[in-house]
Amino acid sequence: MSTVVDSTTAIDIQGLYKSFGQVRVLNGIDLKIAAGEVIAIIGKSGSGKSTLLRCINGLESFDSGQLFVQGQPLQYHNAKAMRTLRQQVGMIFQSFNLFPHLTVGQNIMLAPTLVQGISAQNAKTRALELLRRVGLAEKIDAFPEQLSGGQQQRVAIARALAMSPSVLLCDEITSALDPELVGEVLAVVESLARDGMTLLMVTHEMGFARKVSDRVIFMHQGRVHEQGAPETLFQYPRTPELVQFLSSLTS
Amino acid sequence: MRVALEFFPVLEEWPLLLTGIAWTLLLTAASTFFGLLLGTVCAYLRTQGPEWCRPFIVGYVELIRNTPFIVQLFFIFFALPAAGIRLSAEVASVLAMVINLGAYSADIVRAGIQATPRGQIEAALSLSLTHRQVFTRVVLPPALQRVWPALVSQIIIVMLGSAVCGQISTEELSYAANLIQSRNFRAFEAFIVATVLYLVLSVFVRHFFQWFGRRFVFGASRG
Repeated sequence: MSTVVDSTTAIDIQGLYKSFGQVRVLNGIDLKIAAGEVIAIIGKSGSGKSTLLRCINGLESFDSGQLFVQGQPLQYHNAKAMRTLRQQVGMIFQSFNLFPHLTVGQNIMLAPTLVQGISAQNAKTRALELLRRVGLAEKIDAFPEQLSGGQQQRVAIARALAMSPSVLLCDEITSALDPELVGEVLAVVESLARDGMTLLMVTHEMGFARKVSDRVIFMHQGRVHEQGAPETLFQYPRTPELVQFLSSLTS
Repeated sequence: MRVALEFFPVLEEWPLLLTGIAWTLLLTAASTFFGLLLGTVCAYLRTQGPEWCRPFIVGYVELIRNTPFIVQLFFIFFALPAAGIRLSAEVASVLAMVINLGAYSADIVRAGIQATPRGQIEAALSLSLTHRQVFTRVVLPPALQRVWPALVSQIIIVMLGSAVCGQISTEELSYAANLIQSRNFRAFEAFIVATVLYLVLSVFVRHFFQWFGRRFVFGASRG
């Protein structure tokens, strides 16, 4: 089966199914995401949001269906192809996942020097540039444990950006943060969105989803249950499941 | 009964004692290097290697951990020649110690590896690192740091265990002490001196490896 993928499509997902044992987590996902598009994925826990995101960079395998990133099919069992794909797709996690034994600068420089063969000197210049962008240039020699959660997450964003990905996956990146630290992380994400980065974020920050995203996707029982522009989706939900989900958030 | 301690006849034999210390340290250094290497490889194979090699690792670790060191040493030195493998006492000693430390450290390092948060491995994979790079750059350094105190204790145990190697005439410290007391019959004094020397060596070796770990093993030094 081949598909025509035009150059403006960043991610193309066709008929994706995935089960954990008896539990079907992804139940036929079809989704096309244009380059530069900012997508917010919302839904109850267990609706398959994170699993979908993790399928896109191969942290999770899927049972059937196809997934294209920049027109290239995802080949889960081909380690080399996966590494090529992952250079296109950055990921940021709920729990930051900085490497505790490396400084902030080393965290950012590790992959560019190991994977892309960039010299330590150039990698450091680039790390500093990225840290400036997330407002943490002075922390380049600090260890992760010396930073607040919000700072760690901004470093994690810089680390993902160091590989110059064309797509960034954000998996509930503010869920582990104290409320007063959420803003600084979202500000960075917002600036990335403005700069034209393709963003897929699983989020519980509805206000942020509304403000930043081009399209909101509501997942329910492993399906894309409803999607649309944020204003319409939040104001005029069409399905009872979305109505219920949105009202459960406000109560 | 009165005992008059006479240390002079023992200390007079200082060249023997010095040779003994040198051998004990040499055996310890060699077996630490190769033993930790072996242990780390086994821990890697046990946790991330192909399925078929896991039973072999488990078998090796269990065999060594559940048999006496002296039997392992005698097997290598006395039994292997029957199979045509003839080793000098020193090589047999190092080999026995490497195999012994390898088994214990395999289990210790494995514990450190398994305590790695899954998310760190996923983050590293997301950055396009190969599985081997993930292991050597992301998993191993913090894993060794986590279990380093236990590893250093095991190194000390192996060093003290090297006293047994005198039994096959490796000229380590306890061999020297035994030789001295057989010459001058000052057994009490000879073994007091040996005891003190072992104590000093242990403290020294422990501090050395604590420093060494911070400086060279876990990468960047912290705070």
